[in-house]
Amino acid sequence: MGGFPILSVMTFLPLAGALLVMLVRAATAGSSKGESTAQSKKAVLLAAVIISAATFVASVAAFFAFDRSATGYQLVEQYAWYGPISYKLGVDGLSLSLVMLTTFLTPICLLASWNSIDKRVTEYVIAFLVLETFMIGVFVALDLVLFYIFFEAGLIPMFLIVGIWGGKDRVYAAFKFFLYTLIGSLLMLIAMVYMILAAGSADFEVLEKFAFAPEIQTWLWLAFIASFAVKLPMWPVHTWLPDAHVQAPTAGSVILAGVLLKMGGYGMLRFSLPMFPDASAMFQPFMFALAVIAIVYTSLVAWRQTDMKKLIAYSSVAHMGFVTLGIFAFNEIGVQGAIFQMLSHGLISGALFLIVGVVYDRMHTREIAAYGGLVSRMPIYASFFMLFTMANVGLPGTSGFVGEILTMVGGFQAATWAAAGAALGVIFSAVYMLTLYRRTVFGEITNPELNDIKDMNLVEWICIAPLAALTILFGIAPNLIFNLTDSSTTRILSLMAGGQ
Amino acid sequence: MLDITSILMTVAPELWLALAGLIGVLLGAIFGERFNSLSFKFGALALFAAAALAALHFGGGEAFGGLVRTNTFVNFAKVITYVLAGVALIISEGFLKRHETMRYEYSLLIMFASLGMGIILSAADLMTLYMGIETLSLSSYVLAAFHRDSARSSEAGLKYFVLGALASGMLLYGASLVYGFTGTTSFAGIAEAGITTGALFGMVLMIVGLAFKISAAPMHVWTPDVYEGAPTPVVAFFASAPKMASTVVFANVLFTVFGSAIDQWQIIVCIIAGLSMIIGSVGALVQTNIKRLLGYSSIANVGYALVAVAAGQEFGAAALLTFSTIYAVTSLGLFAAVLAMRRRGGMVEGISELGGMARNKPVLAVTLSVLIFSIAGLPPFGGFFGKFEVLRAGLEAGLVPLAILVVISSVISLGYYLKLIKIMWFDEPTERFERVDMSVMGTVVLCSVVAGVVFMVFISELGTGGWATFAAAGLLR
Repeated sequence: MGGFPILSVMTFLPLAGALLVMLVRAATAGSSKGESTAQSKKAVLLAAVIISAATFVASVAAFFAFDRSATGYQLVEQYAWYGPISYKLGVDGLSLSLVMLTTFLTPICLLASWNSIDKRVTEYVIAFLVLETFMIGVFVALDLVLFYIFFEAGLIPMFLIVGIWGGKDRVYAAFKFFLYTLIGSLLMLIAMVYMILAAGSADFEVLEKFAFAPEIQTWLWLAFIASFAVKLPMWPVHTWLPDAHVQAPTAGSVILAGVLLKMGGYGMLRFSLPMFPDASAMFQPFMFALAVIAIVYTSLVAWRQTDMKKLIAYSSVAHMGFVTLGIFAFNEIGVQGAIFQMLSHGLISGALFLIVGVVYDRMHTREIAAYGGLVSRMPIYASFFMLFTMANVGLPGTSGFVGEILTMVGGFQAATWAAAGAALGVIFSAVYMLTLYRRTVFGEITNPELNDIKDMNLVEWICIAPLAALTILFGIAPNLIFNLTDSSTTRILSLMAGGQ
Repeated sequence: MLDITSILMTVAPELWLALAGLIGVLLGAIFGERFNSLSFKFGALALFAAAALAALHFGGGEAFGGLVRTNTFVNFAKVITYVLAGVALIISEGFLKRHETMRYEYSLLIMFASLGMGIILSAADLMTLYMGIETLSLSSYVLAAFHRDSARSSEAGLKYFVLGALASGMLLYGASLVYGFTGTTSFAGIAEAGITTGALFGMVLMIVGLAFKISAAPMHVWTPDVYEGAPTPVVAFFASAPKMASTVVFANVLFTVFGSAIDQWQIIVCIIAGLSMIIGSVGALVQTNIKRLLGYSSIANVGYALVAVAAGQEFGAAALLTFSTIYAVTSLGLFAAVLAMRRRGGMVEGISELGGMARNKPVLAVTLSVLIFSIAGLPPFGGFFGKFEVLRAGLEAGLVPLAILVVISSVISLGYYLKLIKIMWFDEPTERFERVDMSVMGTVVLCSVVAGVVFMVFISELGTGGWATFAAAGLLR
C-alpha cells in the first residue's frame, strides 16, 4: 500500500482514453460534419493504438515493480467502498501474466482493424478501449464484487463489437454470447452474495482462508463453475463460441480467444481451487471427463468445419480442455501447464484469427474451399501460417507444445485415463490443423480470384510478427513464464491443501 | 401535551402541498389560461419545497393523535418522490404544449397526487391510509385520461378507474375486517392487539388492494394498458414517484402493522414477487410498443422490490429503499427518453422506430443505453447495486429460491433490454427525430448520470451503511 497506484492507472488508462476519444469526437463533430474522411478514421485508430500501447507500457512497469520471488498479492491498493466491498486491486504471477497478455494483444487488435474496420471507427475504438479496462480489471480485482463488475461489464462492449461490426448473423451471435454468459455469471453472483454474507467480507485474501462447510462448497462450486464453464468454454456449454467467433470482426475474435476465454481458467484457479478445495476434489473426475470430451469431441467437430474461423473456434474449445485438465490435476506441473497453455493459446489462437483475417480482408470469404494454393502467391503469409499451425498442433519448439505436454503430465499423475484421452486430442489437432493448412495453402489455385492476391502488408506484419516471435520464444524458454507464475501456483496449491 | 410546532412540522410537507394546490386552484380560477404556463413552474417549485420541508424534519414525529406518524423510513421515500414528481412535472410542459392540452389543471393534479403520496407515506392509521390512497388514485385516474381527445387516453383512464376502484374496495374491505377483529384503526393499536385469524383475512385483502397500486402480479393487468394509453409524461410520473411511494407504503404497512405476522405474509409476498418477476419479464419479450414494454418491465421490477419486502424489516428495509430509489430515478429517465423521441409532430412508440438512433442522436442513444443497462441490473451501473441489495436481502432472509428466480427473470428480461440496445445500435437508421426540449434532454442525461455513475461511485452513501440504512432504522422507533 502507498506508493504509486500503478494498477489503477493501468486499469483505467484505456477508459480515460476512451472518454478522451469521445470528447474529441464530440468537439469536432460540428466542424467536420459530412467529411468523416478516411484520414480522420485512421487518426482515431492511431490514437487508440497509442493509448493501448501506453497501457502496455504501464503493465510492463507493473511487471518490473513486481517481486517474482515473493508469494501473495503485490502492488495492492485498497480503499473502502461499500459495506463489505472494497476497491481492492493487486496482482500475483498468475494475474500479472494474464494482464500482460491482455495489454499486449489489445494494441495488436486495434492495429489489425486498420484495414478491416471502416464504419463507425470512433465507436469501435471506444468499445475496444472500454473492453480493455474491464478485461484488465477482471485480472487485478481482489474483491468479489469488483471482480464481478469487471467480469460482467465486459459483456457490454463485446456485445456491441460483435453486434455492430460483425458478420451476417451478428445479431444472433451477439445475443447468444451475451445470454449464455449472463446466466452463468448471475448464478455466480448469488454464490458471491452468499459468500459475502457468510464470511463478512468480499476480500479474496479473507475468503481464501475462510473454510466453507463441505456441503455449502458443493453449491458454491457449482455456481462458480456455471459461469467459468461458459466462459472457458467447456463442453457442453461451448456452443456460443463458434457463433461469436465466426461473426465477430477479426479483432473481436482475437480478443475473445486471446483474453475472454482465459477469464474462465483464471476464475477456476482463483476461486474454485483455493476457496472450495473439498468440492473441487470431489468434482475432479467430473471435470476430467468434461475436459476429455471437450478435447476429443470438439477436435472431431473442428475437423469437419468448412469455415476457417469456426475450425479455429472449435480448436480453441479443445485447447481449453487442456487447461481444465491441468487445473484439476491439482499438482504443480498441471497448474503451471494450464497457466502456460492459457498464455500460449492466447498468442497462437489470436495469431490464427489474424491469419484468417488477412485473407478474409482480401477475399471476403472464410470458406476453406474458396482457397488453395496460397503459397505461390503469398509465401510469407504461408510461412507464418505454417508456424502457427504447428504451434497449434503442439510442435516442440513452439509454446503450444509446452502447455500441452505439461497439462498432460499433470493429468497423467492425477488420472491416467484423462491424460490418455487428452493425448488422443493432440493427434486430432494435427489432423484438423494440417488439413486446414493443406487445403488453403498448398495445391493448385482453383479460385481465379486468388491469382492477384497480395502478400501481407506492413500493418499485418506488425501485428503478426510479434506473436510469432513470442510463440517461439516461449517455446524455447518457457521458464520466462514459469518464473513469473511459480509462486502463485505454489500458493494456490498450498491454499487448496490447507483446506482439505 | 399538545405541541403544535411538532405537529405542524410533521405534517408540514403535506400541509404545504395542500395549501399550494388550493392556491393554484384559485390562481387558475382568477387568471384562467394565462396561468397555464406558469402553473408548471409553480407546481414544480411547490413540490421541491415540499421535499425540502420533508428533509428538514427528517426524523419525523407524530400528529393528530396518532393518525399521522412519520419516521426516517417514510421521509426518505417522501423526499425522493417529491423531487421525482417535480421533475416529472417539468418535463411534461413541452409535450402538453404540442398536444394542445396545456392546462393548469395538469400541474394541480400532479400536486394533489403527490399530496396523496405524502399522506399514505405518513399514514399511521387505516383511515389516513385510505384517504391518501384515494387522493392519489383519483388524481391518477384523471391524469391517465388527461388527453381528452384521444380515445386511447380515455380508455386508459377508464380502465384504470374501474380496476382501481375495485382494488380500493378490496383494501377498504380488508381494512374493515382488520378493524372489526382488532377494534382499532391505528397501526400501533393493531400491531399491539395481535393478528387473529380474522384480521389475517383482512390483511390478505389489504395486500391485494395494495398490490394493485404497485402493479404487482397477479393484480398487474392494468399496467401495460394504462402505460400505453396514458400520455407519456403522465406515465413518466406514474412509473417513478407513485411507484416508489406505494412500494414503500406496502412495506411500511406489512412491517409496522403486520410485523408479527411475517410468517403468514412472507409466503404471500414471495409468490407475488415471483409471479411479478416472471410475468413482467416474459410479458415484455413480445411487446412492440416501448411504453407497454416498459410497463411490463416495471412489473418485473416491482417483483424485485418485493423480494426485499419479503425479506422482512430487518434485512429488507434498507435494500428496498436502495432498490426503489435507483429504480425510480432510472425509470423516470427512461420515460423522459421516450418523451424525447418525436417525429413528424407525433410521439414514436414502436420499438423498431428507435432504429439507428446511435447515429442520429448519439447523446440520447448513449444515455438511454446506460439507463437500459442500469435497469437491467448490469454492472457497473447503479441498477446493479439495486439488484445486489435485493439479492443480499433475499439470501440473508433465507429466500434462496426467490433469489434464483431473480436471476432467471433478469436473464429473461435481458432478452428485451438487449433488443432495444440492438435496435438502437445495430440497425440501420430510420428517419431523424425532431429537436428535443432542453428540459427533457436534461432530465434524460441527468437521470442516466445519476443512475449510471453517481449511484455506482457513491453507493455507500445511499445503500447499506448509508442513508438507506439510516432511514430504515427509523422503523424501529
